[in-house]
Amino acid sequence: MALVLNEEQTLLRDSARSLISDKAPVSHFRALRDSKDKDGFSRDLWKTFSEMGFTGLLVPEEFGGSGLGCVEAGIVAEEIGHTLLPSPFLASSVLAASALQRAGSKAQKAEYLPKIADGSAIGSLAVDEGGKHRPHAITLKAVRSGNGFKLNGAKAFVVDGHVADILIVAARTAGADDDPKGITLFLVDPRAKGVQIERTIMVDAHNAARIAFKDTEVTADNVLGELDQGSAVLDGVLNIGRAVVASEMLGAGDEAFSRTVQYLKERKQFGKLIGEFQALQHRISHLYVELEITRAAVLKALQMLDEDFDNAAPIVSVAKARAGTTGTLAVQEGLQMHGGIGMTDQFDIGLFMKRMRVCQELFGDSNFHANRVAELRAY
Amino acid sequence: MTDLEGFRRETRDWLEKNCPPEMRRPMVVESDTFWGGRNATYQSDAQRVWFERMRDKKWIVPHWPAEYGGGGLDPERAKVVREEMAAINARPPLRSFGIMMLGPALLKFGTEEQKREHIPKILSGEIRWCQGYSEPNSGSDLASLQTRADLDGDHYVVNGQKIWTSYANKADWIFCLTRTDFSAKKHEGITFLLFDMTTPGVTTKPILLISGYSPFCETFFDNVRVPKKNALGTVNKGWDVAKYVLQFERDSISGIGDRGAKRAMSEIALNSVGANEKGHLADPLLRSQLANFEVDEVAFQFASERASDQVKTGQAHPAFSSAMKYYGSELNKRRHELFMSMGGSDALEWESERSQNGQTARTWLRTKANSIEGGTSEVMLGIVAKRILNLPGA
Ligand SMILES: Cc1cc2nc3c(=O)[nH]c(=O)nc-3n(C[C@H](O)[C@H](O)[C@H](O)COP(=O)(O)OP(=O)(O)OC[C@H]3O[C@@H](n4cnc5c(N)ncnc54)[C@H](O)[C@@H]3O)c2cc1C
Repeated sequence: MALVLNEEQTLLRDSARSLISDKAPVSHFRALRDSKDKDGFSRDLWKTFSEMGFTGLLVPEEFGGSGLGCVEAGIVAEEIGHTLLPSPFLASSVLAASALQRAGSKAQKAEYLPKIADGSAIGSLAVDEGGKHRPHAITLKAVRSGNGFKLNGAKAFVVDGHVADILIVAARTAGADDDPKGITLFLVDPRAKGVQIERTIMVDAHNAARIAFKDTEVTADNVLGELDQGSAVLDGVLNIGRAVVASEMLGAGDEAFSRTVQYLKERKQFGKLIGEFQALQHRISHLYVELEITRAAVLKALQMLDEDFDNAAPIVSVAKARAGTTGTLAVQEGLQMHGGIGMTDQFDIGLFMKRMRVCQELFGDSNFHANRVAELRAY
Repeated sequence: MTDLEGFRRETRDWLEKNCPPEMRRPMVVESDTFWGGRNATYQSDAQRVWFERMRDKKWIVPHWPAEYGGGGLDPERAKVVREEMAAINARPPLRSFGIMMLGPALLKFGTEEQKREHIPKILSGEIRWCQGYSEPNSGSDLASLQTRADLDGDHYVVNGQKIWTSYANKADWIFCLTRTDFSAKKHEGITFLLFDMTTPGVTTKPILLISGYSPFCETFFDNVRVPKKNALGTVNKGWDVAKYVLQFERDSISGIGDRGAKRAMSEIALNSVGANEKGHLADPLLRSQLANFEVDEVAFQFASERASDQVKTGQAHPAFSSAMKYYGSELNKRRHELFMSMGGSDALEWESERSQNGQTARTWLRTKANSIEGGTSEVMLGIVAKRILNLPGA
């Protein structure tokens, strides 16, 4: 497959772009942040997302979605990155939808996927427990009790955790604390007894939560996929999430870059436009090249997930690692080249830096993924 | 089965039968490359046989038009040939500046007569070309060149000096930038001339490189008479031709790292540094450098793939080859810094049989030129700033 968007994908990008830049420019995010909105996202806009078919993008048509692929999800995420739009797209439409689609029983799919597809329910994935992403270091315990299980433990950095209607929780049902075997995924109702959700306001003012489970009871029907075998599903879903986040980072990095190029053509010092200074020209040109290379890697990873899922892992890691380093470079150079104004809250460039820092940590930073490339290549 | 799959199968079978095993091994020393030319010598029988078979098959350049001796394949089939060659690590049967740089310009700017005269000889390996661009005072500022070509009847008389002319002492013909109008602005008085290196008045003087080799020369022109009809493209508009050639030169330099077959870097590193109990490279910092390098290397391969897909779909920016040249050449320098670091003192040997006459060190030094030849990294960044980002005063 050619490493460029096809015609339908280009149309999708254009419609996502016009919707998002029109209805949700950066000021939309600012308003939510400044008003300390209790949901942290706009339910009205989420409805529009549903009408546009974005919420059910990855859900098969038989469950009310549009049955598109990761490339399409990446396209929407990239546009989201451009305006820092907070929305449950990643948590619900990408992660929860993929987990249910890949591991759900017939009944589970029939119950949840249509609601996720039309946006009426929001799903969220709870994996990490510590500060750094270690997807197999699961200590939250699920112990058999009667016909079901009891959950005890805590999750952190759960994206959209406090607005979720369905939680997908990775729990340990066997094995040692960092054993990939013995992990089981559960569908948990956030209103169940013993579930305590603390919304954590993060540096980027996007949604995240810490969630504690104390003797929370779930039935055996709520096991998603196979008992003790959850890590394979989890790894696959995380790879989708990683590539889609990489796409969002590319969008945010590209936006920081374009705004900086624009500023170089406007700001004057020493009687010249600062874009005339070669020191800055070379730095911004270097950034351009890095972004173009990352763009190719991200698109390749998304295509691999659609076409050759089982072999996508190393390429997803290349994409997420690159998105991390390039995105970081973009916001750092962007801020520096804006001078003092870049440090002000009133100016947008700092918001991109904050979001980029969070996306860097999400599902593994650049070091995590470079390390994974080395491990996959056995050195 | 589609046509393309059938073609792929035929290609695979043909290569399997016709590519000698020796020609599927990594290219290490300079003589592993066959450059052709009037004075060509083959390193081995296998090299000769491989070249002759590919030449007769018309696959030296599979996508050039058949009427001039090319393979006449469409882009998709040409890609299949490249992929199938890569799959068995087949070496390029012939490399030359005629293929990499001049050929595309001949096809675009050449008269029918010029195409018929020169392209078949590039493909048959008969004529080896060199590139006369740089001068002692005109490097990055190439358009300031001073080598002059004055009209005298139906000949130009060329006088001046070129420098860094790769393989000038081995080449049969030169494509050379000359100034034909001294009153015009610097980009507007240049003519692109083609001439035989045996023409009276042409002399070359090899220059020794830090790698210990001397593949390039000073080239002097003293009243060299060149037929008027040997101008490629319009007189005084040679800069357009020059830039077009540079685009191909930059493309080929950007891909410099993945030429020919190679062993996985991690394998080489594990061999020389060893592994710990987890199977990780015993030197954790080298391991992380290597991992970061591989991330960038893989991403760069995708970027190359994407760049050619963008060309095919008409979405490519004409200056993008400069972006790729910049990144690819810097990447290759990193690659060889890593080889040196992995090898330790073994990589420092300069003259032993064991080290194949210092191949690791000599190649490492050679790669330092990648970000200079074909336009320096600084110049590439300048081109991105000006032509892609449209920055003021760039
Ligand atoms: C191995 C090798 C093979 C070559 N083969 C050929 C060949 O076959 N034919 C041929 O014609 N030439 C050849 N060259 C020459 C090559 O194209 C030139 O060396 C190159 O264009 C740089 O020119 P220069 O050496 O004069 O350096 P200079 O232009 O003097 O540059 C010196 C330094 O100044 C920097 N610089 C210059 N201008 C600017 C600017 N505007 N902004 C910022 N920095 C700047 C450069 O980046 C560089 O770092 C070869 C060179 C090498 C190393």
